Amino acid sequence: MEQSATSSSPGTGTARSARLAGALRYLRRNPSLVVGIVLLSGLVLFVGIGHLLVDTSKARPLSAPGIRPPSLQYPFGTDRQGRNLLAVMVAGTPLTLRIGFIAGFLGVGIGSILGFVSAYYRGTVDTVIRGIADIGLTVPGLLVLIIIAVSIKEGLTVDQMAIIVASLAWLNPTRTIRAQVLSLRERGYVEVARLSGMSGPEIIFKELMPNLLPYLGATLVNAVSNAILASIGLEVLGLGPIESPTLGMTLYWVNYNAALINGWWWWWLAPIVIILIVFLGLFFLTVGLDEIANPRLRRTV
Amino acid sequence: MRADYLAKRFGVFVLIVWLAATLNFFLPRLSGQDPVRVKLLQQAQLGGYVQTGIEAMVKEYEQRFGLDKPLWRQYLSYLRDVARLDFNYSIANYPRKVNEIIGEAIPWTVGLLGTTTLLSFGLGTFLGALLAWPRAPRWMRYLMPPLWALHAIPFFLLGLILIYLLAFRLNVFPMFGGYSPGAFPGLTLDFVGDVLKHSILPAASIVLVATGGWALAMRGMMVTTQGEDYVVFAEAKGLKSLTIFLRYCVRNAILPQSTALALALGQILSGAVLVEVIFGYPGVGTILFLAIRENDHFLIQGIVFTVVVALGLATFLLDAIYPLLDPRISYRRK
Amino acid sequence: MTADVLRVQGLTVHYHTPLGAVRAADNISFSLRGGERLGFAGESGSGKSTTALAILRLIKSPGRIEAGEVWLDDCNLLALSEEAMRQARLARIAMIPQGSMNSLNPVMRIKRQIADALTDHGTRLPRRQLEERARALLQSVGLRSEVVDMFPHELSGGMKQRACIAIAISLRPRVIIADEPTSALDVVARVQRELDASVILVGHDMGLMAQFVDRVGVMYAGKLVELSPVREIFTKPLHPYTQMLIATLPSLDQKGTFRGIPGLPPLLRDLPPGCAFHPRCPHAVERCRQEAPETREVRPNAWAACHLL
Repeated sequence: MEQSATSSSPGTGTARSARLAGALRYLRRNPSLVVGIVLLSGLVLFVGIGHLLVDTSKARPLSAPGIRPPSLQYPFGTDRQGRNLLAVMVAGTPLTLRIGFIAGFLGVGIGSILGFVSAYYRGTVDTVIRGIADIGLTVPGLLVLIIIAVSIKEGLTVDQMAIIVASLAWLNPTRTIRAQVLSLRERGYVEVARLSGMSGPEIIFKELMPNLLPYLGATLVNAVSNAILASIGLEVLGLGPIESPTLGMTLYWVNYNAALINGWWWWWLAPIVIILIVFLGLFFLTVGLDEIANPRLRRTV
Repeated sequence: MRADYLAKRFGVFVLIVWLAATLNFFLPRLSGQDPVRVKLLQQAQLGGYVQTGIEAMVKEYEQRFGLDKPLWRQYLSYLRDVARLDFNYSIANYPRKVNEIIGEAIPWTVGLLGTTTLLSFGLGTFLGALLAWPRAPRWMRYLMPPLWALHAIPFFLLGLILIYLLAFRLNVFPMFGGYSPGAFPGLTLDFVGDVLKHSILPAASIVLVATGGWALAMRGMMVTTQGEDYVVFAEAKGLKSLTIFLRYCVRNAILPQSTALALALGQILSGAVLVEVIFGYPGVGTILFLAIRENDHFLIQGIVFTVVVALGLATFLLDAIYPLLDPRISYRRK
Repeated sequence: MTADVLRVQGLTVHYHTPLGAVRAADNISFSLRGGERLGFAGESGSGKSTTALAILRLIKSPGRIEAGEVWLDDCNLLALSEEAMRQARLARIAMIPQGSMNSLNPVMRIKRQIADALTDHGTRLPRRQLEERARALLQSVGLRSEVVDMFPHELSGGMKQRACIAIAISLRPRVIIADEPTSALDVVARVQRELDASVILVGHDMGLMAQFVDRVGVMYAGKLVELSPVREIFTKPLHPYTQMLIATLPSLDQKGTFRGIPGLPPLLRDLPPGCAFHPRCPHAVERCRQEAPETREVRPNAWAACHLL
C-alpha cells in the first residue's frame, strides 16, 4: 500500500511539529488569511494595550479641554465635547466590534438553522423560507433598520443596536448556507449515510457539518462585517446609542460639528483609520477562509 | 410560459410593496403608543415651529386617522392613502407635502445612483473579464490588489477621504452640495457644469469602490466558466481564442453577474444614502438624514416606502430582462 | 489498412501540484494506421483521457506535456505554433467529448455552434449557406434538421452527443478521438467509414471495445501496458493486468461470485518503484519491484510491458 511521506512517526513531538510545519506551509500559500489575522490581531492589541494606558472614563464628554490637536498628553487629540479621543477609540472599538459580533453570530446562527432546514427538508418549508429570505434581500437593509430604530428611539443601548441589526442579519446567511447544504446534499456520502440508516439530525451533525465548517466560518466573518457596516451606517445617521463612544457615533459627531471643514483632522482620522483596518482585516479574513472552504479557487501558478 | 414567469415576478413586486407599507404602518406603533402623535404634540409644545400649523396638523391627523377607530380601519385608510401616493405632510417642513420633498430629491439620487451603478458594473465587468483572459497584458495583474483593497471599504469612508484630500486640501472639487449656493437652477450649460462638478466626488466614492467588487466577481465567474466542458470542447473545435473568450466565456459568465446586480441593488442604495449624507448631496439620502434629525416621521416613512418600491420595481425589471440573456429560463418548466 | 496516420512517441504529461508532480501519462508510444480503430482501455486515472487531450494539445496548467512527439502524417503536432495547432484541431484531428452533457455552449443555438467552427477555420460562406451545411451535417448523424435552431438544453443526451459528432466531422478530419462515446457508437462507426478516417476510442468498458475496435491499448497508472489486436486481448491477454481485467468480465456461461482485482490503483503522484502494477500482481517477482519493464513486441503486432514475457 502507499506510504505517505509525512505520516506521523512514533513520538508525538514529531507529529506535532510536522503538523505545525504543514500549517505554516499552508499559510504561505494563503496570504490573505495571514493579512487578515495580522490586521485584526493588531486591532485587538491596540485595544488591549490601550486599556492599560488610558482611563476609558476619559471617553466621556468634558473629561478634557476641547479641540486639542494630538500631543503627548492627548495622543489622539480631543474633540469638541472634550473627549479624549484615544480613550474614545480604545473604548469605542470593542463596542463597535461587539455589535458586529453579536449581530453576526445571531444572524449566522439563525441563518444556519433556517438554511439547513430549508435545504434538507425541501418542500413547502423550503419555499417559504427561501421566499422570505429573497424578498428580505431585495429590500435595502439600512432603510428597514432606520424604520425600526426610529420607532424605538428612546435611549438605545449598544446591545439593543445589536439586536436590531441582527433582525436582518440572518437573511444572507440563510441563502448562502442553504445553497451550500443543497450542493452537499447531492453528494454521494449523504445518500450513503441515509441508506445506512442514519437519522436526519445525525446526518446533519456527523456528515454535513464538518464539511460546512470552513464555509460557515467565511459566512460568519462576512456577516460580522456586514453587521458592523450596518451599525456604523445607523450611527452615522444619528440613530445609534448616543451616549456610547462607538466608531460610528464618533463619525456622527464629526459630521455634526463639520470637523472636516474646520480642519480638526485628528478627530476624523482616527476612527476612519480604525474602521479601515476593521473592514480590510475582515475582508482578507473572509477571502482566506473562502480559500480553505473552496479549494477550487486556489490560484494555479 | 414566459407569462407565468413574469406574473410570478410581478406578484413578488406587489408583495414587497404591500409588505413595505404594512411594516411602515405597524412598526412605529409597536411601542404601544403612536409615536407620530406623541412627536407632533411634543413639537407643538416646543414651540419651535408655527404653532397654528402644528395644531391644525394634529387636528387633521386625528380626524383623518381617527385614532378612536379600530386599528384595522386606520390600516385600511393608510393603505388607501399610500395607493394614491399621499404620504401626508412633512412635519418639519409644514406646509410642504412629503411627496413634493421626495419628488425634488429623487432626480438627484436617480442620477447619482443610476450612472454610478451602470458605470461601475460595466467597467468592473469589463475589467474582470480582461483579468481572466490569459492573453491580457502583464501589467493588468497589478490592478488586482488595489481593486481588492478598495472594494472592502464602505463607500462613505472613501467619500470622507476624498473630501479631505481633493476638496479640502487640494481644493480641486467642491466639498458638498449638489450645486453651488446661489446658482440658478436651469438647463443652462453653466448650471449643468456646476452640477457635474459637484457630482464627481460622490460618484467617485461609489464607482471606485464598487468597480473593484464587480471586477473581482466577474473574474471569479470567468475562471469558473473557463473550466467548463463546453469551453474545452470549444478549444478542441479549434476556435479562435477571441471567439472562445467572448462567445463562450464572457457570454456565460455574465449571467450570474447580472443576477448579482439585481441582488446587490439594495446594498448599493444603502451605501449611496450614506454617501449623500456625507456630501450633503440633495438626494434622498440627505433628506432622510434631515428627516431623522427632525423626527419627521411622515417624511421618513414616505422616503423609505418610495425607495423600497423603486428598488422592487428595478429588481422586477431586471428579472424581466434576464430570460433574454439566458435561454434556459423561459423553458424551466421541464 | 495502410500507412501510419498518427504516430505517438514517448508522450509524457505531468501535472505539477503543490504536493508534487503527478505522472498522468508516462512515455506513451503507439501508431494509428489509416482507417483503423484503436481503443484505449483503463480505469479512471489510468491516463487515457490525458493522452487523448495531450494529442490535441489541450492540456492546461498545472499540467504540462513534458516530452514526446505526435506525428500526424508528416507533421509533429507538438512542435507546431499555437495558431497552426489551432488550425489543425477539427480540420485534421477532431474530438468527440466525453459525456456530452455539458459540452455545448448553453446560450448558443446549435447552428451557431457548428457555424463558428467552420468560420474560424476559414470557411467564407454567407449565413444562409452555413445554416444549410449545418442541417446537412445534423442529418448525416441522424438528427432532424429542426435541431439547428434549438438550444442545447432542449436536446436529450443522445441528441447532444450526435450534435457533437456532427461538429467533429464538419471539416472531414483524418483522426477522430472519441472519449467514452457510450450512446452513439453506431454513428461514429458509420461516420468513420464515410470519411475513411481513423478513430481512437477512449473508454473503460471492455465490452464496448470488443464490439468496436481493431486494436486495444490497455493503460494502467499512466503507462501503456499492452497493445494488441482485440481478439488476442480477450483470448490470449499478455499483461497480468489485462488478464485480470478479462477475468473480471462477467460472462453468460460462467456463474459464481463476482470478483474484482484486489487492491487499488496507485496514487499517480506516488508511484511504487519498478513496475507500477507489481503491488497487485499475483506473479510479481523481485525484478518487478526494482526495474520498470520496457514495452516489447512479444508477438507479431502485440506489445506488452512485463518482465515475465
